[in-house]
Amino acid sequence: MPKVTFHHDGGNADVLDVEPGTSLMRAAVRNGVRGIVGECGGQAMCATCHVYVRDRYLDALPDISEDEEEMLDCTTAPRDADRSRLGCQVVVGADLDAIEVDVPASQV
Amino acid sequence: MESVVIIGAGHAGVQVAESLRTGGFEGAVTLVGDEDALPYQRPPLSKDYLAPGRTAEPLPLRGEKFYAENRIELRTGVTATVLDRARRTVFLDDGESLTYTTLVLATGATNRTLPVPGSDLAGVHDLRTLADAERLRADMEKARSVAVVGAGFIGLEFAAAARAHGLAVTVLEATDRPMGRALTPPMSAHFTDAHGEMGSDLRLGEGLAEIHGQDGRVTGVSSGPGAEYPADIVLIGVGVRPRDELAVAAGLAVANGIVVDGHLRTSDPDVYAIGDCASFPATEAGARLRLESVQNATDQARHVARQILGSPATYAEVPWFWSNQGPLRLQIAGLAQPGDSTVISGDRSGGRFSVLAFRNGALVAVESLNKPADHIAARRVLSAAATPTPDQAADPSFTLKDFAKQLVAAP
Repeated sequence: MPKVTFHHDGGNADVLDVEPGTSLMRAAVRNGVRGIVGECGGQAMCATCHVYVRDRYLDALPDISEDEEEMLDCTTAPRDADRSRLGCQVVVGADLDAIEVDVPASQV
Repeated sequence: MESVVIIGAGHAGVQVAESLRTGGFEGAVTLVGDEDALPYQRPPLSKDYLAPGRTAEPLPLRGEKFYAENRIELRTGVTATVLDRARRTVFLDDGESLTYTTLVLATGATNRTLPVPGSDLAGVHDLRTLADAERLRADMEKARSVAVVGAGFIGLEFAAAARAHGLAVTVLEATDRPMGRALTPPMSAHFTDAHGEMGSDLRLGEGLAEIHGQDGRVTGVSSGPGAEYPADIVLIGVGVRPRDELAVAAGLAVANGIVVDGHLRTSDPDVYAIGDCASFPATEAGARLRLESVQNATDQARHVARQILGSPATYAEVPWFWSNQGPLRLQIAGLAQPGDSTVISGDRSGGRFSVLAFRNGALVAVESLNKPADHIAARRVLSAAATPTPDQAADPSFTLKDFAKQLVAAP
């Protein structure tokens, strides 16, 4: 199963084995990962599942849609030009069997 | 020891519990929900949950271990039956009782029903809970046509999902426009056209008269004017009423919801009410509001948690809402009223635009269609003391995003 690692400030991390087809947001919320809220339920409407993807995984990600692009300008923690994504728009599976992300300090 | 009991384990109830713990509350926290499932997100039930090819798995509000880790006693599948305020005790239908120092009523709302012939036929649905959505999803697998009663958010979200499944869709709406209680006329008009383009037959000015059936199962509906439409599924989406029974029986003030003051306290200072079930004072003009939204639930929950932790304040968050209907992504900030003037900003024919509603020259609400940046900017502008003028907004070069940026830049 794909492996997702959520890194927190201070060096702690949550490492999850996730069913293919699952978004980072859903995986985080289901498993109680701190700092991922997902208030809108995965509709790219609230920007509360913001993550910073670690560099080595960036090339494997799907393109940023127009909606995600606009919402990324609205995150509470500052946007990183390369690494910021919405967790609800990144889905693990055949093309992405492992990913590591950093969880921002604040989502709301 | 302090003990907070929360009745209702929806978005509001769960958020109170979490915010108490993140705020450092050391007392007992008990969360009571009448559904069996781990508390879950409701909005996806009428959207992703019913979309073709999507997982039939609810999205929990928090993971299972969250409750134990935060010392939140979660009691699911039990209903609070009696509130005894003199003894600060809530009685549950499993025979147990809970005493509190502070009680939070987050009981939500329940769907309105229509007393028409045939409403008890198999295939007639409403949609609020996970159990409702599971039944509806199962029926959709074998259906060919659906009738939706009520062109509100739930009805139209379902209509779009049903079209995506290839079902024939008729929508009956008794008033002259869809989502008329929530939207300005220009945005309503856009949705009328867009649902037509999706292939739904939107019948405005036609209320439900009767549901027809055969062998106990629905076969169609007829509308007030006498037209008949075939349907294997009927979805009733005609609004809700607040769940205030516990409060009424306990002698708390109730008027279209449990009446609370600006601090979200009921007529008993040890009892708060929040979310769909609560009628709270709007900051302007003494009007009262009862809102049905995730934002209202979670912001009121955070507010009450802060109050319990000793920071009293008046609740005054900008309301916001969203709805997904097929390709239409609608976000609303603020509350428009009949009579507000409107300015359209953006590309209306291309389906990416916002309707700005003004009252007495000030911006009061923004409805954004497929323009999330406008929505976020609108929330910032509406919570600030500044407003664009209608003339400014009507300038083709105006964007809310730029206006919001300039607010932040100003000293």
